[in-house]
Amino acid sequence: MTNISQTLAPEDARNAAREVRRQRLKAFLFVVPLLVFLIFAFVAPITTMLYRSIYNPTVANLVPETLTALEDWSGEGVPDDAVLIQFATDMKRMANDRTSGQLADEINRALPGMSSVTKSTARDLRRVEDTDIATNGAALLLEADDRWGEAATWRAIRDAGAIYSASYYLTSVDLERDRDGNIVQRDTQIYVQLYTKTLKMALIITGLTIILGYPLAFFMAHASSGLANFLMVFVLLPFWTSLLVRTTAWIALLQTGGVVNSTLQWLGIIDEPLELLYNEFSTILAMTHILLPFMVLPLYAVMRGIDSSFMRAAISMGSSPLGAWSKIYLPMSLPGLSAGALLVFIISIGYYITPALVGGTDGQMISNIIAFHMQVSNNWELAAALGSLLLLLILVLYWLFDRFVGTDNLKLG
Amino acid sequence: MRKHLTLLATTAALTASPLVAQDLTVTSFGGAYGAAQMEHMIAPFMAETGVNVLFEDYGGGIAEMKAQVEAGNILWDVVDVEVIDLERACAEGYLEVIDQSVLPAGDDGVAAADDFIPDALANECGVGNIVWSIVFATNTTNGPGPQTIAEFFDVEAFPGNRGLRKRPQVNMEWALIADGVAPEDVYETLATEEGQARAFAKLDTIKENIVWYDSWSQAPVLLNDGGAAMVQSANGRIFAAIQDDGAPFEIVWDSHVYDLDVWAIMKGTENLDLAMDFIKFATRTVPLSGMQDVAYGPTRLSAQALLPESIKQDLPTAHLEQGLKADGIFWADFGESLGEKFNEWLLQ
Repeated sequence: MTNISQTLAPEDARNAAREVRRQRLKAFLFVVPLLVFLIFAFVAPITTMLYRSIYNPTVANLVPETLTALEDWSGEGVPDDAVLIQFATDMKRMANDRTSGQLADEINRALPGMSSVTKSTARDLRRVEDTDIATNGAALLLEADDRWGEAATWRAIRDAGAIYSASYYLTSVDLERDRDGNIVQRDTQIYVQLYTKTLKMALIITGLTIILGYPLAFFMAHASSGLANFLMVFVLLPFWTSLLVRTTAWIALLQTGGVVNSTLQWLGIIDEPLELLYNEFSTILAMTHILLPFMVLPLYAVMRGIDSSFMRAAISMGSSPLGAWSKIYLPMSLPGLSAGALLVFIISIGYYITPALVGGTDGQMISNIIAFHMQVSNNWELAAALGSLLLLLILVLYWLFDRFVGTDNLKLG
Repeated sequence: MRKHLTLLATTAALTASPLVAQDLTVTSFGGAYGAAQMEHMIAPFMAETGVNVLFEDYGGGIAEMKAQVEAGNILWDVVDVEVIDLERACAEGYLEVIDQSVLPAGDDGVAAADDFIPDALANECGVGNIVWSIVFATNTTNGPGPQTIAEFFDVEAFPGNRGLRKRPQVNMEWALIADGVAPEDVYETLATEEGQARAFAKLDTIKENIVWYDSWSQAPVLLNDGGAAMVQSANGRIFAAIQDDGAPFEIVWDSHVYDLDVWAIMKGTENLDLAMDFIKFATRTVPLSGMQDVAYGPTRLSAQALLPESIKQDLPTAHLEQGLKADGIFWADFGESLGEKFNEWLLQ
């Protein structure tokens, strides 16, 4: 800029600067659609998810006065009558607004069985006069159900009243806080197992796509272009077919009376049909098939760029073919291999539809339990926490990958 | 400037037109059931009122209702809800309260309150549509199969795979009944830790022989291709396979778990009156009697009276005394905690 102002008149310099600004603005306008799209489709949902996993104002919005009144309670025994009366008043209001179910859901999470107690108490209190509740609310509440006389119930309400809470993350790793606030193991141990299993399956699938994809890409990269194009169609054809079609095709192949079993039986290799479907085996098989193009395509693109004279040179200088491959070819094809492996691994770790369709019992992955909490149990906060942990897991793995392999070594073509 | 004005006017007309057209969005479960509803409820309603009904599918559950109400963007007007979800959807404020006094009398003149079976009007947010049931069915090509739930759990007497839907609902009830708990005590038992442990222990005895599936449509397929010797299924699916495809299946009604589907109205819909008109129309005697097409029992006595004798034995309503009513309140209480425990048990 200084250069311009030295050689140009001030007027021209201003014009030139304006021109540069205009060019920049134009360039920026070109990326605006993408930026807007990314913000709407990517940044906003993920931020919402992260926020939702720690932020749950439901109870605090429903019974703010009760929560304030509970602040002075020691945590042992039944709270004062004033608290109970306040809660009874809130319950009547919620029964009329039809929001008691929301409170019921939240308390029920800590104490299964409280959902119906909360809702039926709210129904009972709807018919009571306000003045009656103001004088006799505590007794009415205890009369409606014994569980309002238990400290555990009130602790559950108090804990659920926290607007910001890490409890969903604790649940996500099978932990919870006990009465004294210590972190302890939950009775139900499920999520850590599922994360481990998801990781294990993603690793197996990545390994299998490497074993299958590497030789194929190698062969294609060094075949005549006619043959290579022909083979490429076979790689791309399944890629263009709907995911659902490919998954259900596996069901048709693998089911008890399916093509594989009846062929094997017809050949006399087996007497009884094999259990091929609805287990870990079928999930891994179908996902390997579905994700194979993600491995082959970057590998092929990179291998095409490797000059085959390097290998010939190495061999002519006395290297064994295997040695030449491992010292020359493998390092040169590594960027494609890394890119393919990372793609397959990251896609498979969050895979949902294939495990849901062919996974049966032991082919389930973490994504299926996230869907359970989204669709069935309606515990969106826990689903968000599980999803955020999955995201974190992927970021950590990506960081490890960057550390040991290096993302500079990543090449998609 | 004039061009701009025209553009503005066109945009305004385009955005305003859906309101003028008086569309009603009705959401249900699709498949053969949806087709029966289309034929007997929606098409006649459109013909009579001139209202254009958009008929959409969903997979059940309350997540989509929650999303619409929370976002304040109500896309559905009328929705077909399973009673097992109705309790929560209503108490959490996703459904409108329905004034049941405006429901028309049956075609035989009996007032609605007496014409509907009691369960059909038990919840203030819904009007009963059908009685359907979860039964088990066997493939008779392999000889006679189990005839009771206890036999269903007897792997030695009746070897082979059992197809069950992958969720705690119904499976845990059946496990307890097979273990000797009286049907009327099932939910009380299941509410205790010991009862739950007992149900899982009973399920353990057949765990090796269970084939899990995720959607009702898979049940007849499993039974047909030999993936399972006996399956749990919605009764209509098996009925359709027998009726339409001549499949060699047998429905066993012992300890079937029956439930209702109801019509309900989304909270905050702009077409409240129209939605109510639709429900009044769809739950009249004749439209309800059409649900026999898919072997689901109509919820009005006057509609049941219209059914031919030949079909009655295939409907859940003929076997209610052998069955157990699915307890929506219990599953609202324990659905999530048992769902977690069930998943834990699956992983063991």
